[in-house]
Amino acid sequence: MSARSIPWLKYAAPPNFYGLADRLTPWLWAGAGLLFLVGLYVGFFVAPVDYQQGNSYRIMFIHVPTAWMGMFLYLLMALYGMIFLVWRIRMADAMARAIAPTGALMTFLALWTGALWGAPTWGAYWVWDARLTSTLILLFLFLGYMALHAAADDRDKGGRAASLLAIIGAVNVPIIYFSVNWWYTLHQGASVIRRDGPSMAPEMLAALLIMTAAFWLYCAAIVLRRAQLEALEREPGAEWAQAAAAGALTREQRERAAATATIGDVGDHDEGDTLTGNTATKQEGRN
Amino acid sequence: MWDGIGDFLAMGGHAPYVWGSFGMVAAIILCEWLLLRRRRQRTHARLSRRARTSNTSS
Repeated sequence: MSARSIPWLKYAAPPNFYGLADRLTPWLWAGAGLLFLVGLYVGFFVAPVDYQQGNSYRIMFIHVPTAWMGMFLYLLMALYGMIFLVWRIRMADAMARAIAPTGALMTFLALWTGALWGAPTWGAYWVWDARLTSTLILLFLFLGYMALHAAADDRDKGGRAASLLAIIGAVNVPIIYFSVNWWYTLHQGASVIRRDGPSMAPEMLAALLIMTAAFWLYCAAIVLRRAQLEALEREPGAEWAQAAAAGALTREQRERAAATATIGDVGDHDEGDTLTGNTATKQEGRN
Repeated sequence: MWDGIGDFLAMGGHAPYVWGSFGMVAAIILCEWLLLRRRRQRTHARLSRRARTSNTSS
């Protein structure tokens, strides 16, 4: 079976990915902006005061989404890393690399907002608790991925080393998630995903879920935009990339470029089941 | 629900924690967005420049 017959593999060709991201991002930005506004309104003006924690609990509306996004983005980054390692699809490496900075920022925000929530609630900004410590490790994994990727002179080599780190580090995500059950921790247990249903007022849950959707859309938009730049910077000499940079990528140009695009380097070894339509464009990818 | 803007800003005595959290999130998102926009403008300019020079030389 030819790899090209897998439908979504169409978007492994950088010009196709670029076009798709161009079509998606305006909607993602708009959705994120709208949901941020609605979520903040519900979070501050509809959700009631917590009878135990007062108003400090409202930090939850950004703490929980950023922590979820940190973990989710890490797993996504590791998945793209695996796709890059196994199938050598370069766009997967570009996606993983585009995810890392946003994942690191989300994890940092989870730690920052957690510290500011912990101070009035626990009386401490930081404790070496299982969940806090494993989340700090998540931040270091994101930073390690970025450093490792940037350290190699050859982009593919850096990508492979960083992808391996991402995959090995993925074991940390279930540790974070289940840490509150596995160890005795100061951090509270799950209050949304539990067998007996969420343990909070419906208005609070609504604000939390709306804010989560807003963060998800924001992350999707910014990651796609960054991956577009990764794609352009990898082929600065390609006609489609120069047209895209000028904001004038036509459909015909995109399709022509996609038909001959260098997706990975599998085609170098096996012309029978090739991912590489035309190796002549290959050198442009390496600069 | 809130007794005026002052009550809202005071957050029941938790103002530094609540606004310190929301403020940091807003600052980080704004910075990330601005930095990416700058990178985008630079990359586009670099590629457009390259396109112009290759057009004139060929």
